[in-house]
Amino acid sequence: MSGAEKRDLLLTGLLLCLLMLGVWWAQTHLNAYLIRIFNTACIYVVAATAYNLVNGITGQFSLGPNGFMAIGGYTVALLMLPMTQKQEVYFLQPLMWPFNAFSFPPSLFLLALLLGGLLAALVAILIGVPTLRLRGDYLAIATFGFGEIIIVLANNFIPLTNGALGIKGIPEYTNLWWTVGWAFWTVFVLKNLVNSSFGRALKAIREDEVAAEAMGINLFRHKLLAFALSGFFAGVAGGLFVTLISTVSPTLFTFTMTFNLLIIIVLGGLGSLTGSTITAVLFAFLQEGLREVEAPHTIGSWTFPGIPGMRMVVFSVILVILMIFYRRGLFGRWELSWQEVLNLLHRGKKTHGKS
Amino acid sequence: MMNWTTFFQQLMNGISVGSLYALLAIGYTLVYGILGLINFAHSDVFMLGTYFAFFLIGVFMLPWWLSVIIGMGLCALVGMTIERVAYRPLRNAPRISALITAVGVSFFIENLGLVTVGARPKGFPRPELMKNVYFIAGARIQGVTFWVPLFSIAILLVLFYLVYRTKMGMAMRAVSKDMETTRLMGVNVDRIILYTFALGSALAGIGGVLWACKYPQINPLMGTFPGWKAFTAAVVGGIGNVVGAMIGGFIIGLAEIMIVAFFPNLTGYRDAFVFALLIVFLLVKPSGVMGETLKEKV
Amino acid sequence: MKKLVAYFVVVVLILFAGCVWAQDTIRIGANLEMTGAVAAYGQMIWEGINLVREIVGDEVLGKKVELVLVDNKSDKVESANAATRLIDKDKVVAMIGPAISGSMLAVGPICEEKQVPVISATATNPLVTQGKKFVFRACFLDPYQAAAAAVFARNDLKAETAAILSDIAQDYCVALGNFFKEEFEKRGGKIVVEQNCKTGDQDFSAQLTTIINANPDILYVPNYYTEIALISRQARDLGFEGIILSADGADAPELFEVGGDAVEGLYHTAIWDATKGLNEVGQKYIDLYKEKYGKDPNMFGALGADAYLILIDAIKRAGSTDPVAIRDAMEDTADLDVVTGKVTIENGDALKPVVVRKVEGGKFNFVKTVAVE
Repeated sequence: MSGAEKRDLLLTGLLLCLLMLGVWWAQTHLNAYLIRIFNTACIYVVAATAYNLVNGITGQFSLGPNGFMAIGGYTVALLMLPMTQKQEVYFLQPLMWPFNAFSFPPSLFLLALLLGGLLAALVAILIGVPTLRLRGDYLAIATFGFGEIIIVLANNFIPLTNGALGIKGIPEYTNLWWTVGWAFWTVFVLKNLVNSSFGRALKAIREDEVAAEAMGINLFRHKLLAFALSGFFAGVAGGLFVTLISTVSPTLFTFTMTFNLLIIIVLGGLGSLTGSTITAVLFAFLQEGLREVEAPHTIGSWTFPGIPGMRMVVFSVILVILMIFYRRGLFGRWELSWQEVLNLLHRGKKTHGKS
Repeated sequence: MMNWTTFFQQLMNGISVGSLYALLAIGYTLVYGILGLINFAHSDVFMLGTYFAFFLIGVFMLPWWLSVIIGMGLCALVGMTIERVAYRPLRNAPRISALITAVGVSFFIENLGLVTVGARPKGFPRPELMKNVYFIAGARIQGVTFWVPLFSIAILLVLFYLVYRTKMGMAMRAVSKDMETTRLMGVNVDRIILYTFALGSALAGIGGVLWACKYPQINPLMGTFPGWKAFTAAVVGGIGNVVGAMIGGFIIGLAEIMIVAFFPNLTGYRDAFVFALLIVFLLVKPSGVMGETLKEKV
Repeated sequence: MKKLVAYFVVVVLILFAGCVWAQDTIRIGANLEMTGAVAAYGQMIWEGINLVREIVGDEVLGKKVELVLVDNKSDKVESANAATRLIDKDKVVAMIGPAISGSMLAVGPICEEKQVPVISATATNPLVTQGKKFVFRACFLDPYQAAAAAVFARNDLKAETAAILSDIAQDYCVALGNFFKEEFEKRGGKIVVEQNCKTGDQDFSAQLTTIINANPDILYVPNYYTEIALISRQARDLGFEGIILSADGADAPELFEVGGDAVEGLYHTAIWDATKGLNEVGQKYIDLYKEKYGKDPNMFGALGADAYLILIDAIKRAGSTDPVAIRDAMEDTADLDVVTGKVTIENGDALKPVVVRKVEGGKFNFVKTVAVE
């Protein structure tokens, strides 16, 4: 390992320790509301960076991440739901085999998440094989279609998903340790991937598929792998979501979820993992913060009545304006690396020295 | 199983719904043919058409036929505005950007609708003509099921004339074949594109009104699923091809009704079938029933 | 870049740091669907709550009652966030919860853990209150309502056969259809055909054709008014002559607007009869609503008002603003006069008789109350 790489690893390790300290502090000092928002933010980080891998880094326009999150979410729910709940919740039609025969104990939460992710990745491969041959907008339509089909299945396949009734009573295993941990791990893995030759191949595919193929890059294999990885992390994010709010139903993973992720990665910069991470956190806070836009305001003796729903209007306007004027998003394709951080610090030192 | 009368009823129904999808599909296919853009906001113009008519009839007390014509005009205006404001700046941008913008515009219109008129569905005033019931070949056919396809087909014929027999139509077809050359030949491409949007949106508007005559309930989110089915119809028929869109519309409409008629247990999966059909066509025959296979130039 | 991020974080933190100034009010949260798919319900409930405050005043125990409204966008995740926010940030002592069961299922565990009582105006899924001490509802349960419908169908309508057309995408509809079938068959009836539709569907001709061919006496359509109106219309157009029976989802003036003469003769089970109040506060509510909005009040608003009244009464009886004490008082509610009649709370559920109404002359007419023995 070169000196720079060793240094980077050290710094990353340091960051991890800082984060863990932060989580420990937060667990004891912050109120539940803020913790919940942080949890949501980290889950969005996992989902958004994975989504950016496909849309931003590889340049393949997929509109189906909600489907993969649903697969992960339902898998984790079915695995972790205690047996008594399974009886109660599936009162219309009993839960089908093999899920009615066992249930994971809390210690196997990680395994459940991994299985959820794996299943989502598998489905991603199944979907990817036929559809990744398609051109840009056709791929978008096909992935959207698959996302919708998964939701329809969730609604109708009652012995598995309990249909529209959904599943309740999922034990709330998710906490800041899990979410921050997964967020860190996801960004770490994806960052290293993007900086490797595999990542460079993906970017080449994004820039010019024909040229990339001429250079010897196997388009299909690379796209499929990226798609599968993205599916995996989306599945994990879904699993984390489901154990955060303790219920799941088809309405949780509709196209609106895809739209949210789309806004996040566009705003952050298609192709910048750093951007997606930061915007994902911002988004989670903005969603709550923008309630002020909708709440009634009293200035002096005038009361402006709240307009519920303005949030979504504002979001869509922002998206359109961004695409027209500032397509790069906040960070464009820029990635934060330890080198950059050190440069900034050194520059600071230098100017200080001079004055 | 099914007797002749029921089958005939379902058939008429399928044709009725199919003609509505055809009207809507043409808008998608025209825009895609010219710009290579899937206009996600098209289904919302469809929805706006119904609301324009609703308010013109209810608030301004205008006669039905006048409201519809003004409504169509307003839809055309909305379509042109969307093109000018949201799509034209991105004419030379990567396709993903234009697609995302289209999604944004669609969400914007839907949520604006939710904020202004609210989520509660409103009853659409059906004209007298549509309320009658006719007995044809022993089957009970509502006036609506009968008149909607007739109106639609009349409109489609007018459209056919416009696209294939007028200069404007020829210009439209030229632009969709090769924009640069057409521009070099002196045609004002921007104006043609505006005209295309106006035409497609007006069709969506009247399509919406006819839809509301058949299913007299309107709400801001009503365009989503009909929009997807109409888009599927456009793809199935051959995207970019107007006649294809018409044929595709009837295929999807009939397929939808017949699947549920013959396999009632699969009703819940109805939408999944339409999407599955879309995906299959995209994979196997993306040029659709009527289209030519396009080769990607290196 | 880092500066930008820092600024953002500061701004966001300020938004949260600016908290609640101490006020001498009693804060009650309203976690409602003001936007999104079922915004109509949340909006109607909010209407009802504010209306009943005009009647009974907005004070209890000598302090002002402040309602903190938070929109949950008809979404589970948002409902959960909204609940946490109301409890942690706004420090509410009690909450009026989401209208739909799905969102209540997400809110319940939070309120249970934080020991703050939450009452939903209209969530009817039995799973909502099951095993919970702090979760309440102001309405009856789906199993009870559907059973009452079945009893009415067998005893009063003398129906031998029935068909069910329910919305597979709504837990409310699925449960109702299921329990109706159970009770109907238990009493000797026969379900000849069951069909499904999906929320947002507009064409039911295929399902209805199959149903009509099976020739049932009754068609049970336990959906929301949006679908009922369309279904009735198409059913009549296709020649269905049997009776259409629905559930409380039919209770909305839009039923007539869209259904027109197709809904004449439709029966439905309801929470109350909106034309005549069963008690003083009920009558006042109906009169005030008609005066303000020019039409008959709807069930959602009335139940919202009930939820509010139950809360206020519990606070009064508890004599304190401690959420646990309020919760205990709520569980003890018995024969309380609310807008829709009298209510008694047992295990978090509201015990109320089921009312059956019939559409005649473009209006709902009271038929009778049904009890299930």
